[in-house]
Amino acid sequence: MSVLALPRRSDRRRTLVTPEGIALPITLASRSTRLGALLIDLGIMFLSILIVTLVLAYGGMRLWGDKSGNDGVKEGVQFLIIAWLVLVWLTRYAYFLAFELGPRGATPGKRLTGIRIAARSGGRLTVEMVLARNLLRDIEIFLPLQLVVTAQGIEGTDYGALMAGLWFLLFALFPLFNRDRLRAGDIIAGTWVIEAPRRKLEAVMSISETANHGTSRTTGASYRFGDAELAVYGEFELQTLERVLRENRPEALAAVHEAICRKIGWHPGAGDERAFLEAYYTQLRARLESGMRMGRRKADKHTPGTG
Amino acid sequence: MAMFGLFGGRPTASDAAVEAAALRSDRFRQEREGDWTRLETIVAKMESGRIRRLSDADVLALPELYRTVASSLSVARETSLDAATLAYLEGLVQRAWFQVYGPRVTLWGWLRRFFGGEWSRSVRMLWPELGAALALMVAGTVVGWLLVAGDQDWYFSLVPTDFLDVRVPGATRQALRATLFDSSTHDGLSIFATYLFSHNAGIAILCFALGFAFGVPPLLLLVQNTATLGAMLWLFHSKGLTYDFVGWLSIHGTTELFAILIAGAAGLHVGRSMAFPGKRSVIEAAAEAGQRAAVVMAGVVLMLVCAGLLEGLGRQLIQSTPTRYTIGYGMLAFWLVYFFAFRRNPQGSETA
Repeated sequence: MSVLALPRRSDRRRTLVTPEGIALPITLASRSTRLGALLIDLGIMFLSILIVTLVLAYGGMRLWGDKSGNDGVKEGVQFLIIAWLVLVWLTRYAYFLAFELGPRGATPGKRLTGIRIAARSGGRLTVEMVLARNLLRDIEIFLPLQLVVTAQGIEGTDYGALMAGLWFLLFALFPLFNRDRLRAGDIIAGTWVIEAPRRKLEAVMSISETANHGTSRTTGASYRFGDAELAVYGEFELQTLERVLRENRPEALAAVHEAICRKIGWHPGAGDERAFLEAYYTQLRARLESGMRMGRRKADKHTPGTG
Repeated sequence: MAMFGLFGGRPTASDAAVEAAALRSDRFRQEREGDWTRLETIVAKMESGRIRRLSDADVLALPELYRTVASSLSVARETSLDAATLAYLEGLVQRAWFQVYGPRVTLWGWLRRFFGGEWSRSVRMLWPELGAALALMVAGTVVGWLLVAGDQDWYFSLVPTDFLDVRVPGATRQALRATLFDSSTHDGLSIFATYLFSHNAGIAILCFALGFAFGVPPLLLLVQNTATLGAMLWLFHSKGLTYDFVGWLSIHGTTELFAILIAGAAGLHVGRSMAFPGKRSVIEAAAEAGQRAAVVMAGVVLMLVCAGLLEGLGRQLIQSTPTRYTIGYGMLAFWLVYFFAFRRNPQGSETA
């Protein structure tokens, strides 16, 4: 996945140098991922307000619905309205704040889309940064929304809605016009949004019988490749082959098997593709890695041979 | 048959697990992956907020493991072509880095630092902008007064009125006085207070956030709001109600106007830093000012909660002008002492 997608993502790659001096590659989140995360978050906020509103209204009806007019009822209803106002206010200002201050640095929407916020300087993410980026969110999203709603309430103020729309667009398009995809809040806070991949540790490739000895367990055939046969490919092809082996889909295995056989002049048989590819993979990787240790690298099949 | 069991034929469990890999780079991985998975387990627990469930040994091992895995990554980059393992290590080191260098302070700890000096220190650092904002607010009030004094029609442009509002030029003294001492709206007072605070907090946040546009919008907002004040002041003054009007305004106004002053100053600060970044880049300057202003703004929202309560509850329940003065200027004295006389350095402050 990552190998083929690399050229497309390359302009989103950045390097973060940790205090230990390790260059840690990070990938900025794409604009569409961030939009998706925002929409999920807004959806969650809207739904939770809706549910609490319904619960409060229902509770109010059950408790005081049948005896209107006396003082106790009035106070009860007042209490509900206050609870509602505080809740809406908290949802608006505290939702993003509370989640982004957590150990994952991400709201539920960001978590689902696999992204998080980080300090642009490479240092610690501080409470001040999270505060600043979310205060700005208010004028980026909620205020124009409010303007659109109120402008429609007043007659003859179409231009109000138009202004709100322009305002909204100005901030919405902000990430399009800088290299790091920063929105206004990111600039003020000194943060950016990066991909936070959670990968599993995959199996070791070279422990199978075939990989170890070049012999197939099913057919007993022995696969040994000479220097000339291994010299045709480089690291890019090796990692493509690794992906094919890990995914282990018969049709892909067969196609790659055939392609390699054609390239190195072998006659493709059938039924033993996986063993052939495992043996080829292990021997090619052993060759390329020993070259690496000598300081010779072969990026792909177009790189001139290293002898 | 018994012999078969004794002499092999039954592979031991450890044989299967640590079957030697053919490649040197895979053997490198096999020797270290125990550390990797242990670090991954610890990090996963920290990420899901279960830090209390970590054993002491795990907590102590975290920095060590992080450095081990980070060095595994740099070795693997030079010796291994296993793309999946490299990607795994990069992801793991990134996740561990965020936990090792994550925000160390808890929300509670941050609040203690915030009230214990960080907030007042940040406010003091805005002193040039505070001065400018104060000057603007005074100027706005004077301009509002002078405009209405010159031509009463200005009143309607400066003060948002509706048809039922009696507070217009030409109103009788009794009508105006009644608006200052009106206790008939006791019902729903607390609702009103809550509404006011959320409304005002919105305006203050707007004032700050617009500082982003190089500080011009906060200037306009400050002037416009205080011009309204000036116009109303003129109206009540013209009927000899200055003393009572100022009391009515002061009980919450000292807190509220001070909060708006600080919010405007925070906006100006961001704008000024972007317009005149000095030796830093504009982006760096904006981030630095933005973080300082964000602390100030968190405090402004709290001040506005106070102001909302004073306006919604205090003003309606307290009908005596001297008491209103006492409360209003008592609050003002409190804020001034807190911000400018209280100079304890916050403990464990990260920013110098």
